[in-house]
Amino acid sequence: MSHDTTVARRQIEITNSLGLHLRPADKFVKLALRYQAEIRVHYNGSQFNGKSILDLTTLAAECGTRLELEARGPDALDALEALAGLVSAQFYENENGDTIQGRPNTNTEPGP
Amino acid sequence: MSVRDRTFGDRQAARGRLWQRTLRGGSEAMTRLHADHRNDGMPPPASSISVPEPPAMAVPMHVIRGIAVSPGIAVGPILVLDPRGMRLPPRKIMAEAVVAELERLDHGLEVAGREAEQAEGEARARLGPQYADILAAHARMIGDVTLRNDTRARVEHEQIAAEHAVIEVLEAHATRLERLSDSYLAARAADVRDIEARILGQLIGQRPKSFLDELPTPALVLAQDLSPSEAAGLDPRRVLGFATEAGGRASHTAIVAAALEIPAVVGLGKFLDIARQCRMAVIDGDEGLVILDPDLPTQARYRAAAAERSARFQELSRQANLPAETLDSTRVVLWGNIEFTAEIDACLNLGAEGVGLFRTEFLFLNAETPPSEEQQFQAYAAGIRALRGRPIVIRTLDLGADKLGRYRDPADIESNPVLGLRSLRLSLHDPGLFRPQLRAILRASTLGDVRILFPLVSTLAELRQARAMVRDVAAELVAEGHAVRENLPVGIMVEVPAAALMADHLAKEVDFFSIGTNDLIQYTLAVDRTNETVAELYSAADPSVLRLIAMVVEAARAHGIEVTVCGKMGGEPLYTMLLLGLGLRQLSMPPHQLPEVRRVIRGVRVETARAVAAEALRLETAGAVTSLLESALRQALPETPEPAAPATR
Repeated sequence: MSHDTTVARRQIEITNSLGLHLRPADKFVKLALRYQAEIRVHYNGSQFNGKSILDLTTLAAECGTRLELEARGPDALDALEALAGLVSAQFYENENGDTIQGRPNTNTEPGP
Repeated sequence: MSVRDRTFGDRQAARGRLWQRTLRGGSEAMTRLHADHRNDGMPPPASSISVPEPPAMAVPMHVIRGIAVSPGIAVGPILVLDPRGMRLPPRKIMAEAVVAELERLDHGLEVAGREAEQAEGEARARLGPQYADILAAHARMIGDVTLRNDTRARVEHEQIAAEHAVIEVLEAHATRLERLSDSYLAARAADVRDIEARILGQLIGQRPKSFLDELPTPALVLAQDLSPSEAAGLDPRRVLGFATEAGGRASHTAIVAAALEIPAVVGLGKFLDIARQCRMAVIDGDEGLVILDPDLPTQARYRAAAAERSARFQELSRQANLPAETLDSTRVVLWGNIEFTAEIDACLNLGAEGVGLFRTEFLFLNAETPPSEEQQFQAYAAGIRALRGRPIVIRTLDLGADKLGRYRDPADIESNPVLGLRSLRLSLHDPGLFRPQLRAILRASTLGDVRILFPLVSTLAELRQARAMVRDVAAELVAEGHAVRENLPVGIMVEVPAAALMADHLAKEVDFFSIGTNDLIQYTLAVDRTNETVAELYSAADPSVLRLIAMVVEAARAHGIEVTVCGKMGGEPLYTMLLLGLGLRQLSMPPHQLPEVRRVIRGVRVETARAVAAEALRLETAGAVTSLLESALRQALPETPEPAAPATR
């Protein structure tokens, strides 16, 4: 499968008050799916598929949880940049909480 | 007598007289009904007032009490849904069949995903965005990469059938979610099981709404709980009513039932084991009762009540365009109370002149996070547009902190939520919650005749604080270039005795009052009406309550502001004369109550109503007031359409 693989890692912290719930997880997955890179989320010694909403909801990351994101693939750096941006923006869940498609992120490539 | 005739008579009293309740077990609200055999099952001539006689002969039936979430009566055969959905024996496949099985799996997932998307589209049109979003997430879950990989791996390595792989993977996920301490995520297990049923429906050739297809004739659906898509798929022509063990007022099923106008009772506790042995049932969505295997007289009584109710409703609905005007030509403004935009049609068809109470809680319940300003704006705008210029009173969030995800910390749990951080108190306490709502309402205010209503105001200071926030938000919006309606009318719910007592001062600082009788009664009489042991004390007819209402109406009159009753009392015909007599000229109620209330208004004189109210205020007990109101109503409107032959008047 993967040749010429860029691997990138980045620490993130969940800061929205409700944590990584269904809707934020859904946004995360939708964004992750725009990249070719494989996205892994490391937490508590386990790894979860960043493109799976089932995986992410079982992760049950609450506010204040620190996670490590790992991306492998040609667009790994961009993917991490975008995903970290989404997380640090608290999934746009606050006052002006647009949905992700309503707010095209400058970092996101129009994915397949 | 038509005991189910919800329109007349003090329900509480009727209930007390009719049923002898024997609680079996500590928490199980299981009661036995003692049927009234006087008439051998023949429907008695209908009368406007139910005067049940003491039971002549006792035949035990199972009567289970739950929470009434959608009014109406349904009698019919029952279908009990298996709480765990479809279960299949494991099936092994041959090694050479693996490839074909994988294809079957992929195809099943694909079709199920498309179907969920389609369900989402339908739900969006029929039930609104809140509900559709849940189904949208389902579609995404069905397309989930982990689901696909894990199920494929099981088919390949363990050589089990596709449907079995799906069950194993999703059950494991659901169980994991259920084990989480977090109640929000734990509730997602229901979503996982829902998509499981949908996928299995594809794989084993059954439709996900299979239970609907099982219905030989229209039936009552009894279930542990309904999944979101089951609830959304309910067809009122085939499902006469439904009852669930789980659920509360804010459950999916409750919300959908009310929107579809299917009688429903939820929160019944364990009863399916008994129900499985029964053939038919009555669902009484007015009283929150389910009667399993009712005897013939009970069936007949309920059927008669249902028939009478519907004949009468149709007859009265035909009069929807007649003005709500008393015999001596006093106009009364009738408004509808709604939760969903979809209910506006019912309001208008039944002759409402506007919406006197647009609740906003539905946006916040069943959501992981509070709705964004934009989502709220869209919801309010849809309601306002549907009314095409007629007034709409939007009430700001009326929920306790305990109902919202953002206060889930055990440290925040209140020992007495009813007296705690709720409604406007919560909004003022949490500007992050309140400001987006105010912004959304103010932005939508230019689209029609919008008014804003604050719930549970206790003091002038709270009102001033809330108004200041409205001004602040308005200025902010203007600075951002938004159009905002100037002089947006601001009103308060008068539902705390303190507010009623201070109504003369409050009236100087608001544009209207809306009397929320449910809470006003609860707080005045210090009684929780859902608590069976003290529920008898809860009565809108209590003289203490009447005095407070009279004070509020007088304060409004003195300061020239509008006053409406939007609590349950406003929609009960028994109280219509009393309220008119107390000086009310605006009433707001659930749409289905409009016809009866209009009928009473059109049948009385204001001077008679005044005399009734004056006498009621002199009485000493709720019982005396109720008797007075019953007899006054009987005198004013002796005639009532017969159920067998609807009046043609």
